[in-house]
Amino acid sequence: MPTSLSQMLTLAAAAPEGAATTWMPEQASTAAERTDTLFYFLLYLSIFFFVLVIGATILFAVKYRRRHARQRTSPIEGNRKLEVAWAVIPALLLVVIFAWGFRDFIHLSVPPGDALDIRVTGQKWFWSFDYPKEGISANELAVPVGRPVKLTMSSTDVIHSFFVPAFRIKRDVVPNRYTVVWFEATETGTYDVLCAEYCGTSHSRMLAKVKVLSENDYQAWVDSGGGLSGKGMSSVEFGKLLFQSKGCATCHSVDGSARTGPTLKGKYGALEALVGGQSAKVDDNYLRESIVDPAAKVVQGFEPVMPTYAGKLKDKQLNALIDYIKSLGTSK
Amino acid sequence: MSASDNGAAPRGAGEGAPRGGRDQEPDPVAGADAPGATEGSYLSHRGVLSWIFTKDHKRIGLMYLVAVLGFFFVGGVLALAVLLELLSSAGRFFSSDTYNKLFTLHGAVMIFLFIIPLVPATLGNFFLPLMIGAKDVAFPKMNLASFHIYVVGAAILLYSIIASAMDTGWTFYTPYSTQTSTAVISATFGVFILGFSSVFTGLNFIVTVHKMRAPGMTWNRMPLFVWAIYATAVIQVLATPILAITLLLLIFERLFEVGIFNPAMGGDPVLYQHFFWFYSHPAVYIMILPGFGIISELITTHSRKRIFGYGAIALSSVAIAVISFLVWGHHMFVSGQSELAAMVFSFLTFAVAVPTAIKVFSWVATLYRGSIAFTTPMLYALAFLFLFTIGGLTGLFLGTLSVDVHLTDTYFVVAHFHYVMMGGTFIAFLGGLHHWWPKMTGKSYSEKWGKIACALVFIGFNVTFFSQFLLGTHGMPRRYHHYLPRFQTLHVLSTVGSQILALGLVIILVYLLHSLFRGARAGVNPWGGKSLEWATATPPGTHNFASQPTVSAGPYEFEEIDEREGEEKDEEKDEAEKGGER
Repeated sequence: MPTSLSQMLTLAAAAPEGAATTWMPEQASTAAERTDTLFYFLLYLSIFFFVLVIGATILFAVKYRRRHARQRTSPIEGNRKLEVAWAVIPALLLVVIFAWGFRDFIHLSVPPGDALDIRVTGQKWFWSFDYPKEGISANELAVPVGRPVKLTMSSTDVIHSFFVPAFRIKRDVVPNRYTVVWFEATETGTYDVLCAEYCGTSHSRMLAKVKVLSENDYQAWVDSGGGLSGKGMSSVEFGKLLFQSKGCATCHSVDGSARTGPTLKGKYGALEALVGGQSAKVDDNYLRESIVDPAAKVVQGFEPVMPTYAGKLKDKQLNALIDYIKSLGTSK
Repeated sequence: MSASDNGAAPRGAGEGAPRGGRDQEPDPVAGADAPGATEGSYLSHRGVLSWIFTKDHKRIGLMYLVAVLGFFFVGGVLALAVLLELLSSAGRFFSSDTYNKLFTLHGAVMIFLFIIPLVPATLGNFFLPLMIGAKDVAFPKMNLASFHIYVVGAAILLYSIIASAMDTGWTFYTPYSTQTSTAVISATFGVFILGFSSVFTGLNFIVTVHKMRAPGMTWNRMPLFVWAIYATAVIQVLATPILAITLLLLIFERLFEVGIFNPAMGGDPVLYQHFFWFYSHPAVYIMILPGFGIISELITTHSRKRIFGYGAIALSSVAIAVISFLVWGHHMFVSGQSELAAMVFSFLTFAVAVPTAIKVFSWVATLYRGSIAFTTPMLYALAFLFLFTIGGLTGLFLGTLSVDVHLTDTYFVVAHFHYVMMGGTFIAFLGGLHHWWPKMTGKSYSEKWGKIACALVFIGFNVTFFSQFLLGTHGMPRRYHHYLPRFQTLHVLSTVGSQILALGLVIILVYLLHSLFRGARAGVNPWGGKSLEWATATPPGTHNFASQPTVSAGPYEFEEIDEREGEEKDEEKDEAEKGGER
């Protein structure tokens, strides 16, 4: 990201391969390189035409500025040759750009047959990733470097859009149908996944990470059950990990501030006022019910927008979450 | 002729009108020079009712102007609030819900209440009849009805957005819009009513242009502003019914629970996007085409030069109007439409670029060997060339399929859209407003402040929106209340730019209002224009012209044009080729 003006004004600053340039973020997929080549072609072509048009405008404006009230002007009404030229030449260039963009678009749209299959679910306001072969369900996308990955995506509520700037891929995630996007990561590292189709209150917090791992690290990740088995972790640590990776943190703060949902700081043991005038004591059963059947008891001042986690969390995971919430302090 | 009040007759208007030489027709200028000899200026009636129920196209144009600029003020304040909030990456002043409502209202107000009617309903209403030598539009009552319907539609739209606290964005995409509030039907209804008001305006203009041109005003002698408004009118009439169909389908779905858009009932939410853009994309051209028309008037008049390629510019407006109906799918390259559809829409999108490029090249070529005065309107025309060229060229990135995949739904789109709509249409409108302000009000504004404000608007605009191109290419999605910290520098820059822009706009408001009360009396023809509106009194009388004007020459036949030069034509051509675009 450019931070200084001079950096901003240099166009494609010489940089190590794949690093962010003035105009584009880092390249981390095979598609990124293709897209950027065309992008920079368009950029330089645009600069050429911009300089041509604005250069001519400034030149004429200076040269033919009105020096006296009755300055004579030229009777030119047009020039057939010139007019044909500036219709035909741009038209030909446009056909080239169109064809180039279409070729790359087909590349982006057709996943290779040997791609690793992952299912993506978009939901207000988090992403979940299921690995059907590996039997893993995770909230971060871990993929091996240098292998094509095919994402089959759908939404459970409204339209979202799966966007990874570093990969130059984006595809809408629509309820009631599947859309497909694929990529082949070229660099190991962690990259942002953003939701690019407006989906309501916490649209801007509907983020996830793609972890591009070496083949060995990826295998280790798969063996550990997607990092969410809790092996070698205390229950509270495991709960904290789940809290962050399962989308809880999108709506519930742990610092006392209210977001879409109530904060969980110091909640354990408190008496919550509920919509409808009743109240409930926050204990293990209340927390468990609120996770698997969130609409059953809604805290006053909040909308019943939380999706159910029934079937999405194992008992061990539920227990860990409850332990983590307990660790956030208890009400006196 | 110097830039004085006198003798602004279109060539041949007075000199023994060649075609259909009328019976002792008095020179229109004679009538013009004696404003009020037979009737008062159109402003002379007083009282609120004389405005609300006027059938005078000029008064209707002014009422539209006030209403439209009022909504611009509202939309502008909302925009400033949105940008202020974006100073911080985690939000500072508003909750996410409030932020989402702010940008929804900003978009809806600016699109449906401001920029769609901005030029046709204000300057178009006021000047189209004047420019073709007509007494009024063809259906004055319908014209008034258009304004009243606009007010009703605006009320319905605003009520449904505000009362239901709508936070869907101005595009009202299903299923989000149908799940979160029930107001999508009433909001679409509001937009539909507003569409009707623009259908009324459009129909009126089409008939007026066909049937009410002054004797001698052939199609080839129509000012290019009239051509542009005419092409716009065709889109207005043809595109709006789509909204009615969308509305019916939404109601049908709600009442009879037949799944059309709602996936829960087996409908297809992407279908809504097709309907929405089938109207809203042509609507983009309803917004920009009239701006093109204004630029043609400004560049010719303020350089006292014939337009370069009259036919090409006139017909390119019509070409753009036609193709505009066939490109809606370029908003949906990643929405899940088929690759084949995406390909066709991408191709057609590039097809629109050609007539647009022709226009820009022709405007620049018009400057060649002109007599260019740096008046406030001309500065806006030059600013337009700068900003619209950027807006147009960045459109190529978005029309290119693979690049659009990365850029769509990011700030790149936001920046492109504002460069085209605000840098294009709105800057053209400001140029037109300054160009015609003396004619409309009879008062002159301060040229000095005009230029200062124009410079501030130009600088502020670029700082605000150019930074957004960079945000977009780096992957900043639009409609984000919170953003990744690495985007902050550019967001801050954008917000600073918006303050400069706002300052420029406030200055314009101040000196224009000042001119109404304290401004010097404006002459009949301050710029030496040759089209018919400059041949009548300032401000014009109720019936526009004291007597029927006749026309025997094109709209850009300035006295300064050096016809002797024709002999050196070949040499000129070479030079034009060298100095021109390529």
